Amino acid sequence: MSFSALLASSSTSETVASFPVLTLLILLPLLGSVAIALLSNRRPEYIKLTAALVSVATGALSLWMLGQFSTHDGGFQFVSQHDWISRWGISWHLGVDGISLFLVVLTGILFPLVILGIDPHHNEKRYMSWILLLEAGVMGSFLSLDLFLFFIFFEIVLVPMYFLIGGWGYDKRVYAATKFFLYTMFGSAFMLVGIVATAALARRDIGYLTFDLVTIAEKASFSTNTGRWLFLSFAIAFAVKVPVFPLHTWLPDAHTQAPTGGSVILAGVLLKMGTYGFLRFGLYLFPEATVWAKPVFLTLATIGILYGAIAATMQKDLKRLVAYSSVAHLGFIVLGTFAITSQSLTGGVMQMVNHGVSTGALFLLVGMIYERRHTRVIAELKGIQSVAPIFAAAFMVVMLSSIGVPGLNGFVGEFLILIGSFETARWWTIVAATGVILAALYLLWAYQRVFHGEPDEANSSFPEITLKEGALLLVFIGLIGFTGLYPKPMLERIEPSVDRLITHVEKHSNYVAPAGATHGSSTHSESDHEGGE
Amino acid sequence: MLDLIWLVPALPLTGFLLIVLFGRKLGEPYAGVLATLMTASSFVVVALTYFELLSLPTEERHRVVTLFSWVPVGSLEIDMAWLVDPLSITMALFITGIGSLIHLYAIGYMHGDPKFPKFFMYLNLFVFSMLMLVLGENLLVTFLGWEGVGACSYFLISFWHTRDSAATAGKKAFVTNRVGDWGMMVAMFMAFSAVGTLSYEGINHAAENGGLASVTATGIALMLFVGACGKSAQLPLYLWLPDAMEGPTPVSALIHAATMVTSGVFLLTRMAPVLHASYPWAGDVIATVGALTALFAATIAVAQTDIKKVLAYSTVSQLGFMFLAIGSGAYVAAIFHMVTHAFFKALLFLGSGSVIHGMHHEQDMRRMGALRKVMPITGFTFIIGWLAIAGVPPFAGFWSKDEILLYAFANNRALYVIGVVTALLTAYYMTRQVIMVFYGEARWHDHSEEHGAHGDHTPHESPWTMLTPLVVLAGLSVVGGVMQLPFSKETHWLEHWLEPVVHHAEADIHKTWAYENKWLLLGLAVIIASAGIAASIAVYAKGKFKAIEPQILADAWRYDSAVSAVVGGPGYKAFDAVAAFDATVVDGAVVGVGQQVRTASGLLSRVQSGFVRSYALIIGIGVVLMLAWFLVRGVL
Repeated sequence: MSFSALLASSSTSETVASFPVLTLLILLPLLGSVAIALLSNRRPEYIKLTAALVSVATGALSLWMLGQFSTHDGGFQFVSQHDWISRWGISWHLGVDGISLFLVVLTGILFPLVILGIDPHHNEKRYMSWILLLEAGVMGSFLSLDLFLFFIFFEIVLVPMYFLIGGWGYDKRVYAATKFFLYTMFGSAFMLVGIVATAALARRDIGYLTFDLVTIAEKASFSTNTGRWLFLSFAIAFAVKVPVFPLHTWLPDAHTQAPTGGSVILAGVLLKMGTYGFLRFGLYLFPEATVWAKPVFLTLATIGILYGAIAATMQKDLKRLVAYSSVAHLGFIVLGTFAITSQSLTGGVMQMVNHGVSTGALFLLVGMIYERRHTRVIAELKGIQSVAPIFAAAFMVVMLSSIGVPGLNGFVGEFLILIGSFETARWWTIVAATGVILAALYLLWAYQRVFHGEPDEANSSFPEITLKEGALLLVFIGLIGFTGLYPKPMLERIEPSVDRLITHVEKHSNYVAPAGATHGSSTHSESDHEGGE
Repeated sequence: MLDLIWLVPALPLTGFLLIVLFGRKLGEPYAGVLATLMTASSFVVVALTYFELLSLPTEERHRVVTLFSWVPVGSLEIDMAWLVDPLSITMALFITGIGSLIHLYAIGYMHGDPKFPKFFMYLNLFVFSMLMLVLGENLLVTFLGWEGVGACSYFLISFWHTRDSAATAGKKAFVTNRVGDWGMMVAMFMAFSAVGTLSYEGINHAAENGGLASVTATGIALMLFVGACGKSAQLPLYLWLPDAMEGPTPVSALIHAATMVTSGVFLLTRMAPVLHASYPWAGDVIATVGALTALFAATIAVAQTDIKKVLAYSTVSQLGFMFLAIGSGAYVAAIFHMVTHAFFKALLFLGSGSVIHGMHHEQDMRRMGALRKVMPITGFTFIIGWLAIAGVPPFAGFWSKDEILLYAFANNRALYVIGVVTALLTAYYMTRQVIMVFYGEARWHDHSEEHGAHGDHTPHESPWTMLTPLVVLAGLSVVGGVMQLPFSKETHWLEHWLEPVVHHAEADIHKTWAYENKWLLLGLAVIIASAGIAASIAVYAKGKFKAIEPQILADAWRYDSAVSAVVGGPGYKAFDAVAAFDATVVDGAVVGVGQQVRTASGLLSRVQSGFVRSYALIIGIGVVLMLAWFLVRGVL
């Protein structure tokens, strides 16, 4: 039944896959999770092996998909669409475009690294099972093109994350997990209402009930007021997830209390579900309302950038500091999203990936410090560079990437966001750009206190980086360097989809993207795209 | 040869990578030798490029070499590309030339340091970044180098990071520079918004042809100047440079005197047409800030007792001169002074390093004196550097400083007066330094007696690796002026060479009173320099007058401590208040609402975290069931 339901040519913008790679990207970790749950606890070696194999296979599949992705196509690719609950117009509709592509690949890469590189210390079976379920949920969120399906995955993610923080976290883990869960649930409740209302209202324009994102976005036209209310219901959920100031306070607690693996995934991909949501379900579904809400979100983003950075400066716990830096970094993404130019949106997508890599690596490093010293309190660390210079060098590279030093990945996204936003949100951008000063301040100050100086007794036997840790970090540093020096392969895959989105916004609202900021060089980029492979 | 320009940055980059990989195996001195050879080879390539450029007709001295497309999004197309033209090659020549000498010097200076290879690793990375900065074809490649040199500066200032002062100074340099970087970034945004490109050619072309509104041009020029104030240590952002002396002395010579700190001057010269298209007051702002910085720093230098601090403030002061030139439309003079300053200031710093080395890490000039007898070569070369910076003809600094003052006079006489007073002070404090270090009585004897138990404290001359660069730089400080002599049109060699770059924006002063009386001004400059030297000799050598070194000057007008007090006091408290606000108000509201809900719904007794837990499980199970349903009905 399912394959017969495959839509041969649903629309010109969708490229259907020859085999259901996207479905596999979700099913593989899901089945892996179930398999591990069913495995006997007496054979622990099989647990890790299964988890590793499943996650590596998923990662390999995502990379294969990246290789097969058609570069200058802005539409959805590898689409698979099957009826699911046809009575309600809910379908298994998956697809990937330039906006979700690298988030999927990042998810595919990050999970095996976390599974292979970070030891949960206890209850490995349940840990691995939750992690793989989490991967399935994240993949599903990034791939779903059906509102209902998206909501399910968006909610699934909460469950394993809740148990990961609550089960493997630090001293205040239950408080943090509960806060994370309730806070996000609170946002999702609005979204559920919004989703149902959207589908119900869109029925009048479309003629039948459907939760299909593409159909609703292309065919439905909500009245101005309705569109704004619906947008807000989605926006609250995403704003909590990002998080946008002032809805961010679950993040420092969740990050700090989560086990290292949880923090890496939380920062790496989970937060991006919010910023991704703004693009996919905000701009795409409710263009007029997004443009209407622009000033509010630009302001909140700018406040978030400065506020997060200032709060980060004063943190006493290294992990909390990194958590607050996320608030600032994600503020940049929100700024770029609501500035709606080719550069700012491309930069925003880029920054989602870059933040995942850099901040993921920072959490990894902080985790390594905790493993060694059993503390994350900055004041208790000192002079580590003298005893562990290679570890310090790795931290330095990752830190410079987070600060946004050109030549490393963090800069490209941040710069594109700012230069693009300057076109449509001049004063916000000028203020937001001062965030780069603060980023240097809080990270360098932390680095000085932790790594510089003469090591005291407690830190004088800080072990140097191990081979396994080094290999793990090398993957991150490789990504950091490559993306910073040669972002073109990423940019030329992201941009067509971003431009499509902007055209969509222009068509469905009175917004006009700045002249020259979009589509400027389609002929040029076509003529020399062989260099981009 | 022009197409081989990629070799110029590639060679030091290779050196950097090799030392990253094999530094520990190479060890001392081979890591240093490798780094030196890489920089020297880079110099050879630049020199060959230079001669090729010279053989071309003036209008063809311009080549863009593109490596790959770096950041292409929409109409924003930024290439990783280099621009070979007289300005970039002039910069590259002295960066690699002086860079090689300082690398060689550092082999001697860093002898015995446990982190010897790492030092040269950073040094090569710095040279690479600096070359990217000056060779960049667009603002973003320059910015890559700009931030790169900033990062290297940070690494090298805090090279001896176990010392808290060094670690703090490095951080201060980076963060202060970031304030300037913000300006440069905003300038890039404005340029892209107005012209649609970041390439120098595109922006300058628009500026020259009226494609840039005056208000936009002014905005861009002033934001670039904010960037320049950070990197080139001008008021009010100069604060980091004196502290940067915490780094090893070769670093002070290379980064904080000869090359990196001149980036701002380079950038404004590169973008001269934009400045030219600005409102006239934009130039006045730059010239005024430059002149005030020059005077301000010179007054501080008069009362410093640390041998390197004198030179640091002197550098700030001389950079002020360069901005005075830029603001007066004297781009050639600015570059001229930049080059001669690179010669004599690198010489003076290396000389001071030789002294510090010979004095076993003593930096206090009050404990020096009469060192020319035990360190003859260091002393002799230092004296040449002194004559060059003091403005004594025919040494290099005389010609370049005079050129700046000439343009300043034509542009704004008040600034000229400030320039002349600064020149007087320069001659004064440099003479003071030479006397305190090399003449008078040897005050280090008593010092060595104090610490007699610590072994031999007799100063000694430095090894050849350190002396060779001193001798070469001394030679350049003597003859450097021939680049641009005021005698006839033919002797304005640098002006002809740089003409394709700055001709559009260079101020024309030929009809002014200043130009017609330039010999008078030249004579006045000689008198000023002599007066400064004479006064200093009278005070410090002959003891005829009491030295005037008020504490406020020694404390740098207390500007630094005032800023520190604000940052460390109200600034810190404000930041802390934000963090506290977040914890109590923003988060407190959330937690409060949560508790209210729990209380109101009367669940408090029963609902602990178990509620959430079971709720989570219900969601989980529900979703799994739904998916199971899907699996049954859908895919399989």
